[in-house]
Amino acid sequence: MTPTLQLFLVVSATLFSIGLLAALSRRHAIFILIGIELMLAAANLNFIAFWRFGPQPQPPTGVMIAIFSIAIAAAEAVVGLAMVIAVYRHYRTTNVDQLDQLKG
Amino acid sequence: MNSAAFVVIAILTLAAALAAASLPKLIHAALSFAVAFIGIAAFFFLLGAEFVGLVQVFVYVGAVAVLIVFTILLTRRDVQDTGKPNRGGAIIAIAVFGGLLWAILKTSALSIAAPQIEALTVKRIGGVLMTDYVWPLQCVGLLLTAALIGALILVMEDRNEG
Repeated sequence: MTPTLQLFLVVSATLFSIGLLAALSRRHAIFILIGIELMLAAANLNFIAFWRFGPQPQPPTGVMIAIFSIAIAAAEAVVGLAMVIAVYRHYRTTNVDQLDQLKG
Repeated sequence: MNSAAFVVIAILTLAAALAAASLPKLIHAALSFAVAFIGIAAFFFLLGAEFVGLVQVFVYVGAVAVLIVFTILLTRRDVQDTGKPNRGGAIIAIAVFGGLLWAILKTSALSIAAPQIEALTVKRIGGVLMTDYVWPLQCVGLLLTAALIGALILVMEDRNEG
């Protein structure tokens, strides 16, 4: 059973759903960020899989998209975690159920 | 492509991701998150994109996972996720997974084997980055600078108040 493209996409879809589960069913803000990063990684896996299995010869477009996506996801994780720290400093909680007002 | 390697890496990655999504203690989830990303980097190596695999290890495991551990350190009061599990979230996740699985298995054009490719060298990636992708490269540099400055401003304490 050599791994076909479908198998890689199934693994990536499973990873995405696990990330979605983490992002939707957790109450701690950092868990939600972990779920979001898992979803982004699943999308990267999709890009690389499609690049690998595409018709040859082709430019490394999928690889470049994945590289930029990793950089952008890192920037977004940094800002998200900084916000978690700032909110914790103000409200003394990271439970997103209690962060339900925009008023400071 | 080695199918035994694929199965081992797939089991490792999915188990670690499931652990990251469901473990109650935050630090355990953060460490499983790091293992899941090592598994995904192994997938990139299997697919022939070694540079992206190494970038993944450096950036995600080396920076993002460490950042998460530091943030857990700084927000120490609730390190555990308490409360009953969210049924609606689980249902939505299973529904999305079912939809994606149906779409993937329905498309017969996707059950193809890997063609032979020439190895993607870092020299080629560098050349493409500097010629075709030079504008996205500059934009990502700007974005990273802005994110860094923004994060610093967000966590800097106000020393001028009162």
